[in-house]
Amino acid sequence: MENKEPRKNEKEKTIPASRMTAYIGVFTALALLLSYIESLIPVFLAVPGVKLGLANLVTIVALFKLGVLPAAGISLCRILLSGILFGNLTMILYSLAGATLSLLVMWALKHCRIFFVTGVSIAGAVAHNAGQLAVAAFLLENGSMFYYMCVLAISGAVSGLLIGLLAGSIIRRIRI
Amino acid sequence: MCEQRENVNRTRLVSRADLILLAVVLLLAGAALVFYETHKEQGKLVRIRVGSETVEVLPLGKDRTYEVKTGEGSNTVVIKSGTVSVESADCPDKICVRHKPVDSVGETIICLPHKLVVEVVE
Ligand SMILES: [Zn+2]
Repeated sequence: MENKEPRKNEKEKTIPASRMTAYIGVFTALALLLSYIESLIPVFLAVPGVKLGLANLVTIVALFKLGVLPAAGISLCRILLSGILFGNLTMILYSLAGATLSLLVMWALKHCRIFFVTGVSIAGAVAHNAGQLAVAAFLLENGSMFYYMCVLAISGAVSGLLIGLLAGSIIRRIRI
Repeated sequence: MCEQRENVNRTRLVSRADLILLAVVLLLAGAALVFYETHKEQGKLVRIRVGSETVEVLPLGKDRTYEVKTGEGSNTVVIKSGTVSVESADCPDKICVRHKPVDSVGETIICLPHKLVVEVVE
């Protein structure tokens, strides 16, 4: 029973190109807005990279509702735009590494039927932090980042849980 | 159509695998943190790097203030009673300033915007 439901959920009807373009536009705008809102929230912990990952909400909904390629496109547009608007080149690099790894992991787990949206989101958030940390370790040539890795794994799991529950509720409610 | 929507609405948000994944990540990272905290070793030197370049190595035993100026901005590193911290900086996020003082081997304070790494070594 449980195994059947996600399958039904996933039987995506092919979305016409024009509507898909419109969806991608709207999703990108939403992701950009969430990125901006997130940048207004002060950082609570003195560890770089700890954050809620609000924009990932859009990526997850897009992954489940539109497919992996539109989700990748939306992520890419969001990162480039928010990097240019609110950040710099280094930020774009960090975000790209995190988002790429995160999306690959989420895509893989989504196909693995035992995980639901929440698990996909948790794994995605942890992968996102791992990707960013890998870039930081490379740029700063710092091997001793064990402490950061642990903190970022925990913060990623918690934020992934929250975002996943939220994304799941949205995915159940919207019709595309 | 209607029936399908009802089905979708009944889909549970969290599977057992999701919970196991969450527990495994929290337990592993938590255990690693506890191990890390209990196996700390008091450091003797502070290495200050910008990118891959070491700009200064200072003894942790001697109190002093050191200003690091990079192309991106400046950070004020303070060594006080065996611990090192970043007292002030003109970076946008101020994460380095809020970081707790460090004193154990391998601990670092990182200022990402300035590519600055303050690292405690033996
Ligand atoms: Zn800083």
